[in-house]
Amino acid sequence: MKMEQAATRQIRYSLSESGLLEISFQGDFLHYEHLEELEEIQKLPETPLLKKIILKGEGIQKWDSTLLVILYDLAQKAGEKKIPVKTDNLPEGIQNLLNLALTVKRRPPETEEKKESFLTRWGEETLNKYAALKKGAAFTGTAFKSIGRFFTSSVVMRPVDFLFALQDCGYKALPIVAVISFMVGLIFGFVGSMQLKLFGAQIYVASLVAIAMVRVMGAVMTGIIMAGRTGASYAATIGTMQVNEEVDALKTMGIPVTDFLLLPRMLALMLTMPLLTVFSDLFGIMGGSVVGIFLLDLSPVEYWNYSINALNLKNFLIGVFHGFVFGCVIALCGCYYGIYCGKDADSVGKATTNAVVASIVWIIICTAIITVFCEVFGI
Amino acid sequence: MNTAGQKENKRQPLSEQKTPDAIQVKGLTVAYDDFILMKDVSFEVKEKEIFIIMGASGSGKSTLLKILTGLKAPAKGTVLIGGIDFWRSNSKVQKNIMSKNGILYQSGALFSSMTLAENIALPLQQYSDFSQKEIDELVHLKLALVGLEGFGDFYPSEISGGMKKRAGLARALALDPKIVYFDEPSAGLDPISSRLLDDLIIQINQNLGTTIVVVTHELESIFTIGTNSIFLDEELRTVTAQGNPRDLLRNPPNEKVRHFLTRTAGENEKNSK
Ligand SMILES: Nc1ncnc2c1ncn2[C@@H]1O[C@H](COP(=O)(O)OP(=O)(O)OP(=O)(O)O)[C@@H](O)[C@H]1O
Ligand SMILES: [Mg+2]
Repeated sequence: MKMEQAATRQIRYSLSESGLLEISFQGDFLHYEHLEELEEIQKLPETPLLKKIILKGEGIQKWDSTLLVILYDLAQKAGEKKIPVKTDNLPEGIQNLLNLALTVKRRPPETEEKKESFLTRWGEETLNKYAALKKGAAFTGTAFKSIGRFFTSSVVMRPVDFLFALQDCGYKALPIVAVISFMVGLIFGFVGSMQLKLFGAQIYVASLVAIAMVRVMGAVMTGIIMAGRTGASYAATIGTMQVNEEVDALKTMGIPVTDFLLLPRMLALMLTMPLLTVFSDLFGIMGGSVVGIFLLDLSPVEYWNYSINALNLKNFLIGVFHGFVFGCVIALCGCYYGIYCGKDADSVGKATTNAVVASIVWIIICTAIITVFCEVFGI
Repeated sequence: MNTAGQKENKRQPLSEQKTPDAIQVKGLTVAYDDFILMKDVSFEVKEKEIFIIMGASGSGKSTLLKILTGLKAPAKGTVLIGGIDFWRSNSKVQKNIMSKNGILYQSGALFSSMTLAENIALPLQQYSDFSQKEIDELVHLKLALVGLEGFGDFYPSEISGGMKKRAGLARALALDPKIVYFDEPSAGLDPISSRLLDDLIIQINQNLGTTIVVVTHELESIFTIGTNSIFLDEELRTVTAQGNPRDLLRNPPNEKVRHFLTRTAGENEKNSK
């Protein structure tokens, strides 16, 4: 049994009658990953009747970890079969590293793979969801208690935090809300006009856009924009504070986390969301009017009059109320996922995603609830 | 056997004198859900001593600190702080006890949206009825104590890691706490800064009479500042040694402690045979 390689690199092995395997290495073994040779060597410990392996490396000149990997594999395989491996003739560096790698270390405790039926997993999942819902409800409770304290007694809130939040979700959010609401109004107007034109009722595009925007869509669009913009930033900021132990520091100072972190943000959103909603309504109507004026040849005055006539205070107030509720939802979701964020960078990313997803889901759920409520009570 | 050639710690272990307990832990079991981290942990921290919690990585030192500082409830057992059963008290009593703690977190945990001065002023505004002028003066003093005079208007992102730690200490000291907890104060500091922090800890302990609890693996620190200690064994999951670190070095109660304090690799010696 003999194998020849390029002159500079040589691996020879010989198996004696008594089961003694000698493998000798010669030359440079840099970036060494010759696969055929490798497979060959790795099969060696499986040779029948093998008693002992002797590794000879006097001829090794340069080597790196790739050689080490092969030797390590070999030694481990031999170890499994209880075949002793003699490494004394290898270069000292290789010997030491091999010894280090082969020393039995503490391994992470083995966890039992639990085999669970579909039903168990499903049940567990449901229970988890229920627990999460309870936790969320408790958090909401604390938040509203905090707001109660804000109006009745003193809370630990820095006015500057409130002003900063107000600025961030106030005028800085105007441009994006304006653009998106304008577009949504435009789309409504366009889609509506195609149908209404069939009946020669194109003037009602004005009422359609006005009612849709003012009653619910203005608020929903603003809510979704703010969930992505502000809710995400709340979760990321507070999540990072959690990672930096700042939240722990607050807690151990005896400062209620909801007072200090959630309250300024929630108050700011509760204040600005209704205003942003009104702003969004206006831009939506403007978007619709572009369709009305340029596509349907309505006069601006006519369009405006129809819009105003279609609206009433009730619709307007319902829209604003939606905005207010969404403000609470976004602040609660953002802060909740921030405060219950894990302790590493990865968790901050997850917290941010969860905050946005949860905000949007709860915005839709709240819209449904308010709509049903209005329907039942005939508002 | 004196491994690192530290200066002899001349102060008497206070545990041998008659001083009341600042902290008393009895039969503590610590768990994350089903995973029991340690059990039957009992020890006392006397007033005005520097108490070291040592143990290998993952033995639960930081978790124990969380329980002592009121961040995590124990699964079983009692924690008496100043004689009051912390975890069975109502939130008002807990808050009162927590307001007498100062804590220096591993990263400093300064509030990044506030300047150093605002950071230090926060607990003062929260718990004292000083006027703004008095608060400003106190903040100035605390910053000077930790050698950061003139840095009051800097934000945490504008100073170095070691400075953050000192600023964190200034905040921990803001209310003249009875007990100050440190989580790995010297981690990430150069030898000189870490030595200066040790000196600062001793100064605070001696001049303000503060009880100090330190989690650390830094042998230098352990021998320089510690007057009493416990050793957490991550395999037996309990406290396996207790006493002045220097005494433990002279008469180690078990091999693990000897390896830890003499910085020898017990585990590997055994296995490489
Ligand atoms: N939030 C957590 N949930 C579950 N297990 C945790 C959690 N935090 C820590 N642990 C586990 O508890 C054990 C002890 O962690 P801890 O941070 O208290 O160790 P430590 O002694 O402070 O270690 P180090 O010296 O490395 O800081 C670890 O094994 C870790 O896996
Ligand atoms: Mg730790």
